[in-house]
Amino acid sequence: MQSTAHDFKDNVSEALADPNLQDSLAMLKVGFSERRRQAAARLPEFEALRDAARDIKNHALANLDFYLEEFERKVLALGGHVHWAPTAEDARRIIADLCKSVGARTVAKSKSMVAEEIALNEHLEKIGIAPIETDLGEYIIQLRHEPPSHIIAPAVHLTKDQVADTFLEHHSPLGFTKRLTERNDLVAEARYVLRQKFLDADVGLTGANFLVAETGSSMLVTNEGNADLSNTLPKMHIVLASIEKVIPTLEDAAILLRVLARSATGQESSAYTTLNTGPRRDGDLDGPSAYHVVILDNGRSSVLGTEMQDMLRCIRCGACMNHCPVYGAIGGHAYGWVYPGPIGAVLTPQLIGVEEAGNLPNASTFCGRCESVCPVRIPLPGLMRHWREREFERHLQPKAVRQGLALWSFLARHPKLYRRLTGLANRLLALFGRANGRYGSLPLAGGWTRYRDFPAPPPGGTFHQQWARHGGSRIRP
Amino acid sequence: MSTPPSCARPRRVALFVTCLVDLFRPSIGFAAVKLLEEAGCIVEVPPLQVCCGQPAYNSGDRATTRAIARQVIDAFDGFEAVVAPSGSCGGMLIHHYPGLFDDDPALKRRAEDLASRSHELISFLVDVLGVKQVTARYEGTVTYHDSCSGLRELGVKGQPRGLLESVQGLKLAEMKTPEVCCGFGGTFCVKYPEISNAMVGEKSADIAASGAGTLLAGDLGCLMNMAGKLQREGSPVRVRHVAEVLADMGDLAPIGEPEGKR
Repeated sequence: MQSTAHDFKDNVSEALADPNLQDSLAMLKVGFSERRRQAAARLPEFEALRDAARDIKNHALANLDFYLEEFERKVLALGGHVHWAPTAEDARRIIADLCKSVGARTVAKSKSMVAEEIALNEHLEKIGIAPIETDLGEYIIQLRHEPPSHIIAPAVHLTKDQVADTFLEHHSPLGFTKRLTERNDLVAEARYVLRQKFLDADVGLTGANFLVAETGSSMLVTNEGNADLSNTLPKMHIVLASIEKVIPTLEDAAILLRVLARSATGQESSAYTTLNTGPRRDGDLDGPSAYHVVILDNGRSSVLGTEMQDMLRCIRCGACMNHCPVYGAIGGHAYGWVYPGPIGAVLTPQLIGVEEAGNLPNASTFCGRCESVCPVRIPLPGLMRHWREREFERHLQPKAVRQGLALWSFLARHPKLYRRLTGLANRLLALFGRANGRYGSLPLAGGWTRYRDFPAPPPGGTFHQQWARHGGSRIRP
Repeated sequence: MSTPPSCARPRRVALFVTCLVDLFRPSIGFAAVKLLEEAGCIVEVPPLQVCCGQPAYNSGDRATTRAIARQVIDAFDGFEAVVAPSGSCGGMLIHHYPGLFDDDPALKRRAEDLASRSHELISFLVDVLGVKQVTARYEGTVTYHDSCSGLRELGVKGQPRGLLESVQGLKLAEMKTPEVCCGFGGTFCVKYPEISNAMVGEKSADIAASGAGTLLAGDLGCLMNMAGKLQREGSPVRVRHVAEVLADMGDLAPIGEPEGKR
């Protein structure tokens, strides 16, 4: 998809002024985090599992070439195919060629963030193939021509009323002319409309939560069962996954699954956990006759061995965004590209460039809530800080910010000068703020005083002045 | 303070005043000194301290951060403990300094040594000195905001609440989400003022819903942000640093209020 990360600040203004979005976010903020908290509390070994999950992913990343090749060997032995896609363009071409090879006119898609990353739908439409999103949330936003705003809840930015209007608009031509208001009715209508699309689809395309090297399986979790229809009904099943999804064993997958659903939705496990292990075998009653796995790099391998490698541990649970107060204020679209929230602030600069997405790692208070809930313990604030370091080194920050920082840095390294200037600043701020105790506006502090008063220091001087005045002892001010 | 110090001989403790306390709210520094002295410490204030370096660190300026960290390491050499009335600055010394010197083993050792001696004020009082109660009075209902670094980097959560329980006349009323960031974030609040405002707006609503007349926290940056928002909204809630109340200095004018106002 086309990035608008560059216009982050405009996106933010728009998001903050959108009442529907703000209503939706108010629900999200309490729901997800409370359910995750309860799920973690119910499992005494949850913290130990997070350590184990982190270690599994670290081990897989340290031996990524080995496990990817092992995975490929197993898939080939099962009669499947593996395609290596160094870039997004390669992945699009490979998938388009596969679809063309079976004369596909429609592709049933189960939710895949990597498909969003490579803008697959736009590409398929361009060559006359209709992609049909079968995850309810993805289906809704596809009807509305919107990108997802959350990695596990793509339509979380919408209210029920907005969904009702969207369905009425798009389903009326199919004979559904009543505007529905109940959640269950909306789901039932979507299910009915989608069922025929599953049956019509020539190709099923899914993502993968994990690629299991020891068995050559791709593993997928959903709550709607749509992935199972996507990968069993059509004659060809294409799995699209990025390189860091590979893990060594099924045992490892079991551990990762235990932290994944709990972190994501607070469920003990997702409703459906599906392993796809090769195409239909002789004697199988169903399943696709062709099974292809497209493995995407798209710049990820360049992160291996660097201070940024930890970002590749991500298992896409969404907990970081569910707990992020910035995401909670502005929602996912403001981030401007596929991956929002803290993990987006770390991944996006890697995938589309820090020049384009430089705002994202800066728009964080480093409150650390994301890191405190990440099931694989990604040090998200630390990684955001590394991006800031790269921006600083490359002089990408605004000039005023750089100049202010340079001045402050100089003063902070000259304590005596610093002391004189802060003494003066303290006296002036105290003097002119004496009547009210605070300022409604202050020169150079517009960013602060547009929304907040600025507290004035009480008279009497800085702490260091007062301390020195009393010969280095405590006084009662 | 009625709790005796946990060691027989007094500890020589250095106060890391922090740049915000020095400039905007010196009474927090004096409250810290009072609490430490009453717990049996000898408090010194090394004169060459300025700032912990977070503005540079969080702006990506590693070279300046290292230069400032070296200054701080030098300034606090030789003290048994270094105590800051801030979880944010404390967290910087404790968790972030050592990583700045991965390429310089000698400095890394000194940074680790400083980290091992550094503490956030309230956790130092409770966890290290074993202080269980204070002698202070504060009439009214307070709510306590858990500042992010103190909470998540240093585990400051129960310690301030425990000590507040011993303050006569004080009642604690929790917010719904005391652990959610107030939107200060250092330079964040002026680089992304709209987002910061949305966050602190939500915080002020949570504070109001608690019914408390006073807001307390352990970090002046957060307190200035929340006080500024509450006052802009015309809220009657008074804002103070938790150390001021624990040190029985609750009769000072609240943050952002003129002298003489209680």
